[in-house]
Amino acid sequence: MSETPASMSAAEIAQAVSSRKITAVAATGAALARIAVHDKVLNAFTDVTADRARAKARAIDAEIAAGKSVGPLAGVPFAVKNLFDVEGLSTRAGSKINRDLPASPRDATLIERMEAAGAVLVGALNMGEYAYDFTGENAHDGPSRNPHDPARMAGGSSGGSGSAVGGALVPIALGSDTNGSIRVPSSFCGIFGLKPTYGRLSRARSFPFVASLDHLGPFARSVKDLALAYDVMQGPDTDDPACVARPVEPTMPLLTEGISGLRIAIAGGYFQQNLLPEAVEAVARVAKALGATQIVELPEAARARAAAFIITTTEGAALHLDRLRKRPNDFDPAVRDRLFSGAMVPAVHVDRAQKFRRWYRARVLELFQSVDVILAPATPCTAPKIGQANFTLDGVELPVRPNIGIHTQPISFIGLPVAAVPVPLEPMPIGVQIIAAPWREDIALRVAYALEQMGVANAPAPRGI
Amino acid sequence: MTDHLDDYVNAAARAMELPLDDAWRPAVRANLEVALRLAKLVDDFPLPDDAASAAIYSA
Repeated sequence: MSETPASMSAAEIAQAVSSRKITAVAATGAALARIAVHDKVLNAFTDVTADRARAKARAIDAEIAAGKSVGPLAGVPFAVKNLFDVEGLSTRAGSKINRDLPASPRDATLIERMEAAGAVLVGALNMGEYAYDFTGENAHDGPSRNPHDPARMAGGSSGGSGSAVGGALVPIALGSDTNGSIRVPSSFCGIFGLKPTYGRLSRARSFPFVASLDHLGPFARSVKDLALAYDVMQGPDTDDPACVARPVEPTMPLLTEGISGLRIAIAGGYFQQNLLPEAVEAVARVAKALGATQIVELPEAARARAAAFIITTTEGAALHLDRLRKRPNDFDPAVRDRLFSGAMVPAVHVDRAQKFRRWYRARVLELFQSVDVILAPATPCTAPKIGQANFTLDGVELPVRPNIGIHTQPISFIGLPVAAVPVPLEPMPIGVQIIAAPWREDIALRVAYALEQMGVANAPAPRGI
Repeated sequence: MTDHLDDYVNAAARAMELPLDDAWRPAVRANLEVALRLAKLVDDFPLPDDAASAAIYSA
């Protein structure tokens, strides 16, 4: 076990707090101290809820002292992307405009479930405006920075979540993923992230972006911590119409089952294009460790990415139409220009995209009759420099911002569960997507755990702070 | 120099009551060009007339 609460995993903290080796107050204080020192560089947090956190930690210690069980995340500090409702805070969702909203009267469902398991919320995290972002940059709050090189992007839109966990300020953070916003920061910041199946985790009392594509999920520095958080957040919730009435399916007991018997393939074609050498290397290392040689083709992946783009820009524009009309100058200009454009895309294209989506889903599900897992790059490259406008992929110069997520979009488009695993290349880490069939997060996490045990995937200590 | 897409952007902004500033127009147009290019990629894929949308619901 590591020496100080700030360097301990969530599982280690919970075990130490439950067994009274350390207090929840001490674990919380260590996280707050680390945030105070390192967030000056990382800019991961927009709100630090220190008073609330200390009060919650004291309550946990009191319950333990009284002999009560406080849950599997006893005393574990965590933080949330600032599109989650936090009681007493306006849910800014990375925007200037939302700061005028009244304070939220109640926490998001997932915060309630984390705290019911003993976790301690320590703050809200920076993000790209209204989640329409892959960089982690923010026009109002400044960029969240990469913990391995603060001159580089944390990735977005859950940039603060990636930065906070990658920088070991907290062992667990929550974020959202519409087109890649959990998997991209996981890749750039060198941590594990889980984008569950669409409809698995409740989005109740979080600020939306694209309702038909939005997912929430956890980030962590180990697969065990990822599974711990995921397991306590599962379960139906009538407050989110997309959340399915599916029983809790714990993954933690299954992590050690190994990969024996799993049919693991590598995504070919589209997913082997537009990659820099580090992304190719990361997938190759993972495939080799897993003994995967079979290549499978996700049919029409480029069209899937295009259709996800159309649905995103039009649903996003619909969500923000009134704000675009009334307060266009208060948006990040780049976000405003994309949303203006989205409001002008004819509806016929959206309908075609939704019909294509159903076709594509059926074809990809057929693949899962012959494989259990598909491997794909999470990002085309390691984290670019903050402010970098272009990069060259397959000899073509392309804008960075919209193309960071080209390998994640065709997957979230049909709601497949994905564990993003970090491959600790030098000087910067990069992620690989472990993709499973719908509702088989357990398989994605089993493979991620096996890779971690083999030393192929792990979250490197922050190199830049 | 204007073309049909400039005309469309101007008309759509008016029709949608979007306060499009002259300075923003080139970026909006550029974004729309990308969206329409990607939309064409989707549109070019043949689907049967009875293809069902993913956006269905249960009553």
